[in-house]
Amino acid sequence: MSASSAFSDEKGGSASEPEYGHDPASGGIFSSDYKRHDDLKEMLDSNKDSLKLEAMKRIVAMIARGKNASDLFPAVVKNVACKNIEVKKLVYVYLVRYAEEQQDLALLSISTFQRGLKDPNQLIRASALRVLSSIRVTIIVPIMMLAIKEAASDMSPYVRKTAAHAIPKLHSLDPEQKDQLIEVIEKLLADKTTLVAGSVVMAFEEVCPDRIDLIHKNYRKLCNLLIDVEEWGQVVIINMLTRYARTQFLNPNINESLLEENSEKAFYASDDEEEEDKKAEPATLAKRKPYVMDPDHRLLLRNTKPLLQSRNAAVVMAVAQLYFHLAPKAEVGIIAKALVRLMRSHSEVQYVVLQNVATMSIKRRGMFEPYLKSFYIRSTDPTQIKVLKLEVLTNLANETNISTILREFQTYIKSMDKDFVAASIQAIGRCATNIGEVRDTCLNGLVQLLSNRDELVVAESVVVIKKLLQMQPEQHSDIIKHMAKLIDNIQVPMARASILWLIGEYCEHVPKIAPDVLRKMAKSFTNEEDIVKLQIINLAAKLYLTNSKQSKLLTQYVLNLAKYDQNYDIRDRARFIRQLIVPTDKSGALSKYAKKLFLALKPAPVLESPFKDRDHFQLGSLSHLLNAKAAGYQELPNWPESAPDPSVRNVEVITLLERVTTLTSIPDWSKCSSRKDRKEKKVEKPFYSDSEGESGPTESADSESDSGSGSASASGSDESGSGSESEESGEETESDEEEEDEEEEKKKRKKLDKTKAKKQAEESAESEQSSSAEDRKRGRKAVKNQKSASESESESESSESEEESEEESEEESESDTNVRKKRTPVLKQPPKQSKKESKKETQEMSLLDLDDYEPAPASASVTPVNFLSSSLVSDLEGLSLTDTILAPTTLAPSGSIKMYELLHRIKGEGLAVEYCFSRQPFSPEPNMVAVQIQFTNNTNSETKNLHIEDPRLQSGMRIREFAEIDVLAAGESVTVVMGIDFCDSTQAANFQLCTHTRKFFVSIQPPVGELMTPAFLTENDFKKEQGKLMGMNEILEKLTLGEKCVNEHVIVERVTATANLSRVPCGSDKECRFAGKTVSSGCLVLVTVTTKEGGGAQLTVNCEKMLIGTMLVKDILQALSQ
Amino acid sequence: MIHSLFLINNAGDLFLEKHWKSVISRSICDYFFEAREKAVEPDNVPPVIRSPHHYLINIYREKIFFVSVIQTEVPPLFVIEFLHRVAETFQDYFGECSETTIKDNVVIVYELLEEMLDNGFPLATESNILKELIRPPTILRSMVNTITGSSNVGETLPTGQLSSIPWRRAGVKYTNNEAYFDVVEEIDAILDKSGTTVFAEIQGVIDACVKLSGMPDLSLSFMNPRLLDDVSFHPCVRYKRWESERVISFIPPDGNFQLMSYHISAQNLVAIPIYVKQNISFFETGSSGRLDITVGPKQTMGKTVECLVVTVHMPKVVLSANLNATQGTYNYDPVTKILLWDIGKLNPQKLPNLKGSLSLQSGAPKPEESPSLNIDLKIQQLAISGLKVNRLDMYGEKYKPFKGVKYVTKAGKFQVRT
Repeated sequence: MSASSAFSDEKGGSASEPEYGHDPASGGIFSSDYKRHDDLKEMLDSNKDSLKLEAMKRIVAMIARGKNASDLFPAVVKNVACKNIEVKKLVYVYLVRYAEEQQDLALLSISTFQRGLKDPNQLIRASALRVLSSIRVTIIVPIMMLAIKEAASDMSPYVRKTAAHAIPKLHSLDPEQKDQLIEVIEKLLADKTTLVAGSVVMAFEEVCPDRIDLIHKNYRKLCNLLIDVEEWGQVVIINMLTRYARTQFLNPNINESLLEENSEKAFYASDDEEEEDKKAEPATLAKRKPYVMDPDHRLLLRNTKPLLQSRNAAVVMAVAQLYFHLAPKAEVGIIAKALVRLMRSHSEVQYVVLQNVATMSIKRRGMFEPYLKSFYIRSTDPTQIKVLKLEVLTNLANETNISTILREFQTYIKSMDKDFVAASIQAIGRCATNIGEVRDTCLNGLVQLLSNRDELVVAESVVVIKKLLQMQPEQHSDIIKHMAKLIDNIQVPMARASILWLIGEYCEHVPKIAPDVLRKMAKSFTNEEDIVKLQIINLAAKLYLTNSKQSKLLTQYVLNLAKYDQNYDIRDRARFIRQLIVPTDKSGALSKYAKKLFLALKPAPVLESPFKDRDHFQLGSLSHLLNAKAAGYQELPNWPESAPDPSVRNVEVITLLERVTTLTSIPDWSKCSSRKDRKEKKVEKPFYSDSEGESGPTESADSESDSGSGSASASGSDESGSGSESEESGEETESDEEEEDEEEEKKKRKKLDKTKAKKQAEESAESEQSSSAEDRKRGRKAVKNQKSASESESESESSESEEESEEESEEESESDTNVRKKRTPVLKQPPKQSKKESKKETQEMSLLDLDDYEPAPASASVTPVNFLSSSLVSDLEGLSLTDTILAPTTLAPSGSIKMYELLHRIKGEGLAVEYCFSRQPFSPEPNMVAVQIQFTNNTNSETKNLHIEDPRLQSGMRIREFAEIDVLAAGESVTVVMGIDFCDSTQAANFQLCTHTRKFFVSIQPPVGELMTPAFLTENDFKKEQGKLMGMNEILEKLTLGEKCVNEHVIVERVTATANLSRVPCGSDKECRFAGKTVSSGCLVLVTVTTKEGGGAQLTVNCEKMLIGTMLVKDILQALSQ
Repeated sequence: MIHSLFLINNAGDLFLEKHWKSVISRSICDYFFEAREKAVEPDNVPPVIRSPHHYLINIYREKIFFVSVIQTEVPPLFVIEFLHRVAETFQDYFGECSETTIKDNVVIVYELLEEMLDNGFPLATESNILKELIRPPTILRSMVNTITGSSNVGETLPTGQLSSIPWRRAGVKYTNNEAYFDVVEEIDAILDKSGTTVFAEIQGVIDACVKLSGMPDLSLSFMNPRLLDDVSFHPCVRYKRWESERVISFIPPDGNFQLMSYHISAQNLVAIPIYVKQNISFFETGSSGRLDITVGPKQTMGKTVECLVVTVHMPKVVLSANLNATQGTYNYDPVTKILLWDIGKLNPQKLPNLKGSLSLQSGAPKPEESPSLNIDLKIQQLAISGLKVNRLDMYGEKYKPFKGVKYVTKAGKFQVRT
């Protein structure tokens, strides 16, 4: 304080500074330093309110500028009881600012406030309390305490809110009062108005954040009120509840985290090692208790989700971090969209959000992958944003998208912002180290940059190249040579040091150049920067050890120079190295090992994201942003080993039912305008009145938990919803252990599929303990042996997208289990109804169906929950078993596969090659089209070493060759499968087919219909997707059906023969619908054939890729009109 | 939470300070000045700056730095979002948020800040409530006030603060009841050298100006709500209703507000209204370069493109430009190195072209970097995504309001790489 007043005094001294008042003449008043405030005092003492107001306004303006107005205190304080409300307000402002300095005088005003506290007007009561608690005078602590206590039970919620605000003020003034204040907090926590909730939680966080026990009773209420609390309160409450949930619930990813550890390993580990892991896994999994999510945990997730739509970035971020820290892995994805939206906001918001996205993208890369392009950088972004976006892009890079990312990086290197260019080069380096396949490309690109005109760019490239070369130095001695030449030109110390280090480290690869470089450096030694000098010494030492003949004298010279250097580090180093390498009689035992010391193999550096492991800080927090613990940061506790007793959250039902009306939940609120009406409504509302009420946010806690478990019983159907409709996902999914495992299973398989490990996928299937998985696997193997194109396989394997797999599981599980009966309503639901609604209904129905359980009077709220969920477990166990035994069905016709000729018998000198599109997913890389190739040897000698060479492909296309066929005996034939990524184009893939004697140029051109895989949609989903693909993405064509196209069956056959699509169930027999996805990019392809009277028909194709759409239309038209 | 707030202008003058807890010396801002100096550009100042005992969280808006002082852990976005809300409130009150208006209205600013934060925790941030507490200045009122000595502070507590509709003030009365909605869409796009779209998406907002008496309950529905990929709402909108029926149902605040913002993702095809043919090249010798830019219509849906402006950030070595524009005017600022070509209306018959030579600093090497073009444009009466408002219904009040919807498409962050 004293510092500031001194400062303001000083400021005040320069009186000539023009004062901005409302009265232009006031400038003259400040001529004399001493009595400059006399006129103000006069004005304050006058009887006229307008004069007083004018004076107060000028005083406030002074305060605003940081000038000292403390000598006016007595004059101002007199006006505290002024009738004019504005004068009064300004006096309050003054008091709050200066009371601390003039405590004695301030006491004069206290009685006014005490009177104000009793005022019938709530506004006056509240503002009196506000000022009283703000004036930081220690003597009045007891008065404040009393006032707060009284206000906490005031009738007006606004006054109670003010009381909540006053609590931290008093606490900071006198921490001794903590215990009493906690009592008040406890009382206010029980308050049922949204107005108070945010403020009291804020007080809780500041005064007693560790008293988590106070929250128990209010937990459900807070969850339910949350949506109607004002936005700032929401942030505080969500952050607090995140911490609370971490102490009270079990880790929803408890099983997953186990899997994750393993799968992480499996990514890089050799296959057999992994196999061991997998075997061990079921054992560990079995030991764990089945995980059932606490309904309260679910309640929190469900009630926070809509807030992702908030306009307030802080609220969105708070929900995002809550999901990141608390939600099951499968549900976390929904926050990505909202976070990406925030990136359009102000640059400060962007900055913070990107920091958090960077951290998240390390842990959950898949989450942000679809939004990759949103992180592309514009030249107008501020540098700090650019660098963060770059960080995110680098984190998101993987084998599939690296080519696009690198292309993007290339444009960045040309940017005008040099800091950003340097960061881009580093990013390229990181991509290169993380993704082996592009390492050489990156290295070449970086070497090209060495000829860049900008020195900074060159320097940065050198540093990055150094790191990359360290990984495989043998192959790149010419790059090292090239860099040795650069040392003449590059001036940036870090780059020079890097080059020298490289030459020293690999001096054996460049034996001629290294001594020469040392010679040059010895010449310029004295002028170098310290880091360069150290590296020169280093180089000298290494050369001395490897090539002492040529470099002995040079080394001596360098060491001598270093001996007299100004920097003691360099002197030390020189002394140390001389002792170590130059053999003298005194040299110690270490010098024998000098070579080992200097030329030891150094591990390649790991280029890591600076955001790695930052998530041990609660995301969105200041500490996370700074990567250091900020004052008052509350650690995010680890999940408990076993869940604490959930019954602590039970509350007397009566108090709960007495809820506050929420505006947002009752749409026609305005109709019941009178308070009385509303009350009636509240009471009248039956427990399960309607779907609207049931999912309303203010619903009483225990009905909520019931409905939670209710939805669990319908979880089969919910699950399918969560996959296909992102906006609904996770809303009602009450995951249960079995389901969860299933989910994980699929997710994981998907992940592995991507990383080309069909084998692994099978193994992971093995880890599933159900015998059914094995069944399936066996079946799959059998299929493979036959090499037939049975589509059952394509179905069982094509769990590429969650959507599909979910759908599939639904289809598969159509067996006569009791669960299924409960689910039938979903399936039979009339299609017109929105999905959401249908779900709600089924939820209710199943709730009632299940064991004829009547929703008990709310008093016993918890027991039924347990009861329900446990019976659920058994139900679902049945489900998951039957689910996999059932043979999956697809509608692709078998036997209609067309063979194409790749190489004619005569042209191939006896070798005939045919190929077909097997329509099976190519498991090593799901976005490749599988091509089955049959070689027949018609000669009478063996053909050897059949393989592919020199593929010439359009950009972006890739080929995965089949394994070389060593020997093909005369008269034999053999079939192999290769994968081609056509990039969703019908461009031919050209390559050479080689035998041990000859090479043949061949090409494979896919019909457009083979560029897709079936997608499994429900009718509703189909319509929904079709709705999204209107306009330019829709192609309509009229046609007359061919003579043979008499019935639906033929149409289906024709269409599926033309294109690899699956049929979508459809109510009408006039319409056939088909759905598929393009193999490379997964764009939906939707085909509808509507038949009309008299052989007419209409064909509709919806596809985002218009080219594919048009070609497909042509093909199908032809097929149908034949 | 928020301890103190300092307002600092672009020149580094601290012109307003406000403390909500005990006073913190303004010397704390030295940490900010240090960072400000290091950042060179004002928008490169890190939003969070650390000092030994405090954290400074700042935003830069309308050439003013709002620097807040924090002492303990608080979500940074909380503070940033609040500071922006303060700036918006100033804008709402004084028409613009600038140093001059803040200085002119310093007492109102102080009163506002007093109401917005209590002990560093946000108290009233809704503009409707604030306006009841503290009346915004108008010329008439300030005249009346000087004569009568009456105040601009509300006499009673705004009912909004107490009701469950905290965003609407009570007792609204209009003779003409009207509700206007502006659907404003901005195209964010990056086009590469050859004109192919690298990335494009649409960001839309619906701005509302609702002047309806009483407590109207509105619901707004779209012809094609499925288009909307991601939405965020004003707190008045009922989430549940949107979730289930895709209808925006709300009791509006009085006056101007942003009802919702939405996003149409890159997955959907985004129509790019114009194409740009450009060629900017620098010669190896002679310290000069050539520039040739042509703009033409691409997918304009039959509407006219207006207010077309092309901005080029030139490399540092470009000294001047000698160009010839077939339409509009151009201006090259050698200090900021920005070339601005204001075209105006796009005439599809005669495409505007800007052509000529650039002169570089003599002796400087040919710049390696390629400048990128930023495009600004406006298309009236069109929402480029095809979003259409279906109908607006009002419940709860008897009168018949006048309703209107306007569509505008603009270029957002629209960039052409070269």
